[in-house]
Amino acid sequence: MSVVKRVSMIFKAKANKALDRMEDPRETLDYSYQRQLEMLTQVRRGVADVATSRKRVELQMNTLQQQQDKLDRQARQALGGGREDLAREALTRKSALQGQISDLQTQYQSLQADEEKLTAASQRLQAKVEAFRTQKETIKATYTAAEAQTRIGEAVSGISEEMGDVGMAVQRAQDKTAQMQARAGAIDELMASGALDDVTAQPNDDIQRELDQMGGGHDVDRELAQMKAEIGGGEAPREIEGSAPGAPGTTSNGQAGQAADQPQTGDGA
Amino acid sequence: MIVRILGEGQLTVDDALSTELNELDAKLQAALNAGDEKAFRRALAGLLSRVRAAGTPIAADSLEASDVILPYSEASMDDVRALLTDDGLIPG
Repeated sequence: MSVVKRVSMIFKAKANKALDRMEDPRETLDYSYQRQLEMLTQVRRGVADVATSRKRVELQMNTLQQQQDKLDRQARQALGGGREDLAREALTRKSALQGQISDLQTQYQSLQADEEKLTAASQRLQAKVEAFRTQKETIKATYTAAEAQTRIGEAVSGISEEMGDVGMAVQRAQDKTAQMQARAGAIDELMASGALDDVTAQPNDDIQRELDQMGGGHDVDRELAQMKAEIGGGEAPREIEGSAPGAPGTTSNGQAGQAADQPQTGDGA
Repeated sequence: MIVRILGEGQLTVDDALSTELNELDAKLQAALNAGDEKAFRRALAGLLSRVRAAGTPIAADSLEASDVILPYSEASMDDVRALLTDDGLIPG
């Protein structure tokens, strides 16, 4: 027998198995309806679980993306400061993050697809449960037990198939979500333990420190140059004049000021 | 006939299509027998996309049972083998 025929036969047999037990066929209707409501709750919970998982992956993706952006900025900054070695290091670390991000993106898309499928399944089941409820009341009110049996069989087997399908879809999504949660948990733990920091945050700090030092060095050079200019050029006298009358000779500053002042005091007097 | 793609819902498909669907089904069977996962995935994708293209989705509130039930699109050979076992697959 072909695959499809066997799948069809076995699936239907399984889906209907649960419903052959009732002695009074009308009880089967109520029993089935209860099961449908339970399944609706289950599929909605499944949708919520998948959504939670998706959001978690999204958060992790954003965090790693920010790390990557930071490394990119640092690389530019380093290159601007003539530190190609540092820029290369930043870019190397940036590309190491790409694998993680791609993996998370794949997970994200997969979860998003699951969420859409389950949402659609939930809506289909909802519509069928509504239809079933109406039909159930009609059958109970209108038909004799013998007539009802056939109609119940039709209504119940259609919706049983749907429930079997939805039940499996929820199960699959939950299995997958559990796996992804485990992986997401592992990444969270790695981030918390600092192990992942060796690839991301920690090296960033190294690079940042060097960049800071580089920047700081420039500031010192600039300041030095400025001071030299001040002392040697025309800017200096004005500042020294200001401090000179207060306490000549009392501080080292004053002394230095006086020393530098010497040739100019005559001009002032 | 009414065809259910597991995980996707039911569609009405013209009976005239059954010859073609049987051929696609035979490919699926051959791949499964050969244990060729790649060929299996290809055959399943081919079968499902043919049904999706040719079928018309049935109303969501219809309570009709399907004539044919097809595996879900991401099913592996192992998943389909599990569909063919006697127990456990349909929860509840």
